Amino acid sequence: MLISNLEIVPGMRVRRHLGLIQGSTVRAKHVGKDFMAGLKNIFGGELTGYTELMNESREAAMARLQEQATALGANAILNVRFATSTIAVGASEILVYGTAVELERMGV
Amino acid sequence: MMLPYELIILLSLLLLGYVFGRLAERRHYRSIQAREDQYRQLLVLAERHLPPEYVTSHESRLVMGNVVVSVDYFKMMIATLRNLVGGSIGAFESLLDRARREAILRMQEQAAALGTGVVIFNVKLETCRVSGDASRGVGSVEVMAYGTALYPRGNASR
Repeated sequence: MLISNLEIVPGMRVRRHLGLIQGSTVRAKHVGKDFMAGLKNIFGGELTGYTELMNESREAAMARLQEQATALGANAILNVRFATSTIAVGASEILVYGTAVELERMGV
Repeated sequence: MMLPYELIILLSLLLLGYVFGRLAERRHYRSIQAREDQYRQLLVLAERHLPPEYVTSHESRLVMGNVVVSVDYFKMMIATLRNLVGGSIGAFESLLDRARREAILRMQEQAAALGTGVVIFNVKLETCRVSGDASRGVGSVEVMAYGTALYPRGNASR
């Protein structure tokens, strides 16, 4: 699956547009990590646990995005955007959306 | 005279925040500058349109980098005081500046793995508050940078 946040893919041409697709996850951190973060709020610095957590959630959201694209018969997702929001204390939603398309190689 | 117990805690938290926060910030800036020098050749552009020669000779791939940074107690206190009189909060500005540059660097790191001659197009930055306790204001903030890396077709794919 080709994922890009541009509208075109070099060397390829869009044969079919299959519409908007999205994938999202809502994740909460566990208490241990929250406790460590509380400590870090005193000393400052990077919260490695959270960085990893956000990364993992983003991968999960992208996996869902790709599932949808596959189900539609797409072979690429273009113009992908990410959005993150804090929906409750200690939980955030990660949303990925883009356009599912079917690409074909241009005769170069 | 005995100081009240709470005041001692507050002062020691402030001191800890000031000393460690300052050290961490200085160390982080040093590392950011060193890595920015290292990746100077790897262009990061906000441009959405590809130059025509790229269309026939390059392949594309999504790259991203993210970081969650936390404020320290001292900065939080400065910000609270600043809120009373208004104005710019330098303590938070440097925090966000660091986070943004770090996220871009991590994205560049990912792109650098694609080989030489990589250019990242259409870079977007996204900022979001990630805090355990929403009532306490900014606890920590996540910055994410993403874009599409264009690499010469000859480079190893994937």
